[in-house]
Amino acid sequence: MIIYMCIAIMFFVGLYGMMVKKNIIKMIIGVNIIGYAVNLFFIVLGYRKNGIAPIMVPGMEIKDFVQKAVNPLPQALVLTSIVIDLSIICFLASLSIRIYEKYGSFDFEKIRRLKG
Amino acid sequence: MEIDFGFHVFLLFMMIIGSFVAVFSKKLISSLVSLGTVGMLLSIYFLILGAPDIAITQLVVEVLTLIILLSAIIDRDVTADMTSSKVYGFLLIFILIISFLTFLSYSYFIFPEFGKANMRVGEKYLYLAPEKLKSANCVTAIVLDFRGYDTIGEATVIFTAIIGVMVLVRKKGRKDE
Repeated sequence: MIIYMCIAIMFFVGLYGMMVKKNIIKMIIGVNIIGYAVNLFFIVLGYRKNGIAPIMVPGMEIKDFVQKAVNPLPQALVLTSIVIDLSIICFLASLSIRIYEKYGSFDFEKIRRLKG
Repeated sequence: MEIDFGFHVFLLFMMIIGSFVAVFSKKLISSLVSLGTVGMLLSIYFLILGAPDIAITQLVVEVLTLIILLSAIIDRDVTADMTSSKVYGFLLIFILIISFLTFLSYSYFIFPEFGKANMRVGEKYLYLAPEKLKSANCVTAIVLDFRGYDTIGEATVIFTAIIGVMVLVRKKGRKDE
C-alpha cells in the first residue's frame, strides 16, 4: 500500500504543477510527471513478487514460466502509452514556441495582459 | 533475483524528491534536469519490476523529451518566477487532499496487494504466446498480434501529432507578420 501512496503523491505533485504554476514550461513538466505516475501505476498493478520478465528462454517448462512471469498485458498497453506521451509533449512544446514568438514570454499573466 | 522491499520504497522516494524539485525550482533548466533524473530512475525501476522492453523505451523517450524541451527554451527566457497564480489557492489544495484520501482508501480496499497481480487475462496470453505464436517475448506478441488494432491507433495518434507540429512550427506559407 505504501507503494500506491508514493505513486499517488507523484501524481498529485504533477497535478499541482500543472494547475497552479504560471510558466508554460512548468505546466508541460507537470503533464510529463502525471504521465510517469500513471505508467508506473499500471506496471505495479501487474507485478508479482520475485517475478521474472515475460520472455521465454529455451529449456524452460511452460508451466513454470506461467507460474513465475509477471503480467504482460499492462506492459504492452504502457508501451503504447509512453510513445503517445512523447508525441503530446512534442505538440505542447511546439505550441509554447509559437506563443513565445507571438508574445515574447512564457508567462501566462503577461500573455493575458498583452491580449488586453 | 530477490529484491528487498526497502529498495522499491527508496527508488520511489528519490522519484518523489526529483518531481518536487522539477515543479518547485526557480530556474527552468534545473527543473528540466531533475525531470530527466526522474525519468532515468523510472527506467531503472521498470527494469526491477520485470519489464525490460518498457525500460528501454522509457530511456529513449526520456532523452528525446529532454532534448525537445531544452531546444524549446534554450535561447529564450529561462527564469520562472516562483509566484503561483492566486485564483485557486486554498480551494485547490483542499480538493487535491480530498482526492488523495479517496485514492488511498481505494488502494486499501480494492486494488490487489503489492506483488499479487490479477492474472485472469495475462495467464492466457502467457500460455498462448510461446505455444501458438512461437514468440519468445510475450509483450511483443501482445503488441503486434493479440492487440494489433491498438498499435494501428497509436500510429494514427502519432501521425496526427506530427501534422499538428508541422502546422505550428512552419515558416513558409504564413499569412501574418
